[in-house]
Amino acid sequence: MKPVLQHSAVLRLLHQAPLLLFAVVLLGFGALSPAFLTVANGVNILVQTASTGILAVGMTFVLLTAGVDLSVGSILFVSAAVGGKLLLSGWPLAGTLPVMVAIGAALGALNAVFITRFAIMAFVVTLATRYFGRGLGLRITETRAMNLPEGMYQLGAAHWLGVPLPVWVFALVGLLAHGVLTRTAFGRHVYAVGADPEAARKAGLYPERVIFAVFVICGGCAAVAGIVTLSQAPAVSPGLGNNREFMAIAAAVLGGTSLFGGRGAVLPGTVLGALLIQTIENGLNILNVNPYLYPIVTSGVILLAVLLDAARCRVLAEAGRRRIFVES
Amino acid sequence: MIGFRNITKRFFGVPVLRDVSFAVPPGHTVGLVGENGAGKSTLMNILGGNLQPDAGSMLLDGRPYAPRTPRDAARSGVAFIHQELNLFPNLSIAENVFVAGFPRRARWLPLLDRRRIHDRTRELLAQVELSRPPETPVEHLSAGERQLVEIAKALALDARLILLDEPTTSLTDVEKALLFGIMARLRSRGLSMIYISHSLGHVLRLCDSVAVMRDGTLVAHQSAAALDTDRIVSWMVGREIRQLYPGRGDRTTGAVALEARGLSQSGTVSDISFELRRGEILGIAGLMGSGRSELARILFGLDPCAAGEIRLDGEPIHGLPPRERIRRGLAFLTEDRRAEGLCLEASIADNLSLVSWPRFATGPLGLLRRRDAGAAVTGMREAVRLTTSARDTQPVKTLSGGNQQKVVLGKWLLNRPGVLLLDEPTRGIDVGAKQEVYRLIADLARQGTAILMISSELEELTGLCDRILVMRRGRIRDAMAAQEFDRERILRAALHDETAA
Repeated sequence: MKPVLQHSAVLRLLHQAPLLLFAVVLLGFGALSPAFLTVANGVNILVQTASTGILAVGMTFVLLTAGVDLSVGSILFVSAAVGGKLLLSGWPLAGTLPVMVAIGAALGALNAVFITRFAIMAFVVTLATRYFGRGLGLRITETRAMNLPEGMYQLGAAHWLGVPLPVWVFALVGLLAHGVLTRTAFGRHVYAVGADPEAARKAGLYPERVIFAVFVICGGCAAVAGIVTLSQAPAVSPGLGNNREFMAIAAAVLGGTSLFGGRGAVLPGTVLGALLIQTIENGLNILNVNPYLYPIVTSGVILLAVLLDAARCRVLAEAGRRRIFVES
Repeated sequence: MIGFRNITKRFFGVPVLRDVSFAVPPGHTVGLVGENGAGKSTLMNILGGNLQPDAGSMLLDGRPYAPRTPRDAARSGVAFIHQELNLFPNLSIAENVFVAGFPRRARWLPLLDRRRIHDRTRELLAQVELSRPPETPVEHLSAGERQLVEIAKALALDARLILLDEPTTSLTDVEKALLFGIMARLRSRGLSMIYISHSLGHVLRLCDSVAVMRDGTLVAHQSAAALDTDRIVSWMVGREIRQLYPGRGDRTTGAVALEARGLSQSGTVSDISFELRRGEILGIAGLMGSGRSELARILFGLDPCAAGEIRLDGEPIHGLPPRERIRRGLAFLTEDRRAEGLCLEASIADNLSLVSWPRFATGPLGLLRRRDAGAAVTGMREAVRLTTSARDTQPVKTLSGGNQQKVVLGKWLLNRPGVLLLDEPTRGIDVGAKQEVYRLIADLARQGTAILMISSELEELTGLCDRILVMRRGRIRDAMAAQEFDRERILRAALHDETAA
């Protein structure tokens, strides 16, 4: 039996589309501004990426099961609001942060219950949670901005081995997620369920449990992303986290994660996607481009990445077509 | 080894299994046959832990066996190879083999032991003679290779009983032969198997005994050595099928309806020429992968064609899209009715009228005349003899394979095609439904439709066609008229270099 598929050079190139785009963006901005390709700016980009990157890593788990979580921005907001209240009432940081993560995970579990127990589409459930969370957070904060104590800011400014703490957290979350997805049974089950939940059930897996877990992970990641955001700007404002879910989805898709499930990765995938979006914004900033143009440029890049992905699928389908040897 | 005792199962009060009792001794392969809806799948789902019986019991190695989930069944050493393969294309071979129970590096460490699953998979792949690295993604494998991975999966469970449900439907003949060889070897190692298939020839060749089901009961279970296909078929349908194929009778052929001249497309077909006349049934024989389906796709305009000419009723149609070819009276029944021929979730009525909506549209807005469409649907249901128990609004996926195929046929017939391309029109449907499909095809030809029929079943080609072309590796190698039909000659032309080399 002959292999059905031969990987052509085109295909290999298209596989690396996010990486190529990243290289093009780096070189492009580097050529336009000497201030861009510096170590300081590199660290800067990493710090700026951390929060959205962590959000996107959590989102990747959900996308891999062919689900979507539109509520992460609101989950981030609720956990930040509760955390803020606790800190202002005198709780220590060490006690508050775990509570914040637990709240994120709990809201993720709430999503999961409706999705797995009542078999409602993730899109609808998380859309509801998105508005519910926003409302709950506004209620907790009484729609006022809360300035957080000094401790939170020190967290964001802290360095270890010369690298800012938010970058460490981002790296840790990314590596952990990558390890879980590629090297644990649970991680491989995420891919299996995303490819075909019915086949997973027949293979003796429990798709509901896997889906439950990914939403809990995604909620937890949202809370961690919230902590990182607060450590950089220690104030809970009513708009905190608004529309962040779309940045997270964009980062994952840009990194090659399919919205149809079963395909994608955290490393380099999503992490690269998040870095790419942030790098573009950073570069435009350095070039003093009108900030109103940022979303246009960013969405252009996302569209380009998706187009490349579509091209990859077409090449894949073409290569997968049955070839019959014809003697000449 | 496994024994069924008085298994009974009802769905919504309707009995689907009645007092089924039989046993599979160790090292035996039992063929389980029956028409669609006879209860085979239900019985196997009970054995595999997907369903629980309402009454009766099972014994596995002398001990009571009552699996509540597929996992229970797997733990007891019962492996189930489904008709639609249960593989994850995005995972590697090794991951697919171990997906239900990944070994860990250590008890306390939830990391996969990659080396162990790769080593073990390599051993298992050697047993099923698949020479692929364990880390190959399953999406890179052919259908036959995937089937072997399924068997490796069963072996990984240390299965003592393997259920195979129609494992050969998507395999080429070479792959089939390989699969049968492996099955024979497993049997000699003492593994028991239950083999479900509509292909009675294979069942007789492979199995020690044959169990025949009809309407939820076991009508016979006898040693295969004493049986022949006719006996089994008569048990299956409960009557003798005297005439599976309607006679050619007084069919007359008319003008050329479809003409191909020198069709070539690199890698698929090469220099294909033929003429198909009104009222003629032209068969295309050949192995799977000989270019038959590709030819049909080119004729229908789904795939490009680099050279050659296609004429429909004398008019060149080269380069026209499928929609325009449909409008000019071409119809194509694809080989995969579930994926390509039907909207499974949609109703019978919607599926039937799908192609002919334009005929029922009226006025500048293209509003549908629903009553006319409804009448046409009702007429077509009768014409294709669709089961009367189904409602028009019922989703097509609830129908049996045979009835689904009738819906696809009816869909095309509503458009009154002049030329009908059929690709494996009776795949996976039971004998009774086959007979009705044959009758339909013959009636169409009698009414002047030109029919091109691709089939892997030589018997149905020789029984039904006026002429047969044999393809091998993208070319037409032989052509014969009805009076020259000779199964050996067809097979020789289809296989030639496989046997000569």
